[in-house]
Amino acid sequence: MTEAKKYSFFLGCVMPNRFPNVEKSIREVMPRLGVELEDLQGASCCPAPGVIRSFNEPTWLALASRNLALAEKAGNDIITGCNGCYGTFKETLATIHEDPDKLREVQQVFKGMGIKFKGEADAKHIIEVIYDMGPEAIKKMVKRPLTGLKVAVHYGCHLLKPSKTRPWQQSERHTFLDELVEATGAESIRYKDKYMCCGAGGGVRGSNVPVSVDIAKEKMDNMMDAGADIIVDVCSFCHLQFEVSQPQLNKELGEMKYKIPVFYYTQLLGLAMGLEPDQLGLHKHVVSTKEILDRILQ
Amino acid sequence: MTSPISREIIDDEDIDLTFVDAIVRAGADRIRTCIQCGTCSSVCPSGRRTAFRTRELIRKALLGLKEEVLSSPDLWLCATCLTCLERCPRQIKVTDAIIIMRNMAVEEGYMLPQHKKASQKLIKTGHAVPLDDANREMRRELGLSEIPPTTHSSEEALEQVQEIMRRTHFIELIEKTGECK
Repeated sequence: MTEAKKYSFFLGCVMPNRFPNVEKSIREVMPRLGVELEDLQGASCCPAPGVIRSFNEPTWLALASRNLALAEKAGNDIITGCNGCYGTFKETLATIHEDPDKLREVQQVFKGMGIKFKGEADAKHIIEVIYDMGPEAIKKMVKRPLTGLKVAVHYGCHLLKPSKTRPWQQSERHTFLDELVEATGAESIRYKDKYMCCGAGGGVRGSNVPVSVDIAKEKMDNMMDAGADIIVDVCSFCHLQFEVSQPQLNKELGEMKYKIPVFYYTQLLGLAMGLEPDQLGLHKHVVSTKEILDRILQ
Repeated sequence: MTSPISREIIDDEDIDLTFVDAIVRAGADRIRTCIQCGTCSSVCPSGRRTAFRTRELIRKALLGLKEEVLSSPDLWLCATCLTCLERCPRQIKVTDAIIIMRNMAVEEGYMLPQHKKASQKLIKTGHAVPLDDANREMRRELGLSEIPPTTHSSEEALEQVQEIMRRTHFIELIEKTGECK
């Protein structure tokens, strides 16, 4: 690995406060890939693109700008492992770059508070930084190939859309996550409506649980029909949705139908790199990972 | 004899012609080019399982049915997956239009109780989903800092975030919204 590239690590809400095991896996794996994560002291909620932005856009823009300003002050680009936070930062940057009046409005809000904000720090997603290294480079780091593991990848929405303000080469039928999963030796399976939403965003999970969980159920039914062993996601909110919806659905059904382990990509990669499950927080999942880990580690 | 078909009649007083102008000004500038093709509804994951129809929402907005649109809980069924925005043949920023209308709804005092609660958490802690005891314990067990290096561990940072929300009138806005008016 060449010289470590340093980023300001933006945690958000769901990852540090509900799934610290995912945070742990990112903190273990990224430095091993040559990426240094510096804490973004005093960061707040991004704030959520479907929720707080839906309530009051100027507040959303100002708080997002403050988080970006913290990274700007540290002299780094921001890095996040949540699609929602990523969406917020990408859209905030697009907004202030397209419309200088919006930047001035935000600066006006910050007046006299000692916050300098020019919109110079960029926002990256964990998976974007990993993909920039290339699947071939990732393959070289694999010590424990995950051969025979059938993975249903879930991209999520805000990572990919609006495609106009995202870095990906194509706007539909992405393959980068599939490539990164296959670099670990696992198989990324085809399943119906792979690019569909998990159902958590937009404040739907918060205000209408039955509709939200039903969307996740449709996705998981499609994954199970295709014979998935595990789900791999790259967003803390999608992760929450798949983890928490499964026991909810089982309770409604009165049987243990939904029991697909949900891995964040750095947990999968960490395992393939030879790290221990405990180092990756894999012992702290809602849906048990025991059976699949026994199979992988045997 | 009455007709077996009941027709919905829109009264003049229900029409607010300034509604769509406001949506355009707020950024959904191509909304008037909608041809009602229904692509938005056909790709909508919420529309697959509820009566929420994005096309209908856009049509009502164009007709100026402000009160009906803003007061409807359906406005909150969009998961902001952005598929409609991506696929619209008229390049209307559909999701943006929905977010603009949601902002207007909140301004009018329409807010779902769970959303008000999340906003109050943000105001109080700087996080819409704040740390709880179980996760504090889990962080410790994982060898992470027990309190994350966010507004949770800096009173000064929290005060700054709260001052911003005061300046953008967010605190005032959330306090005045009636729970599910």
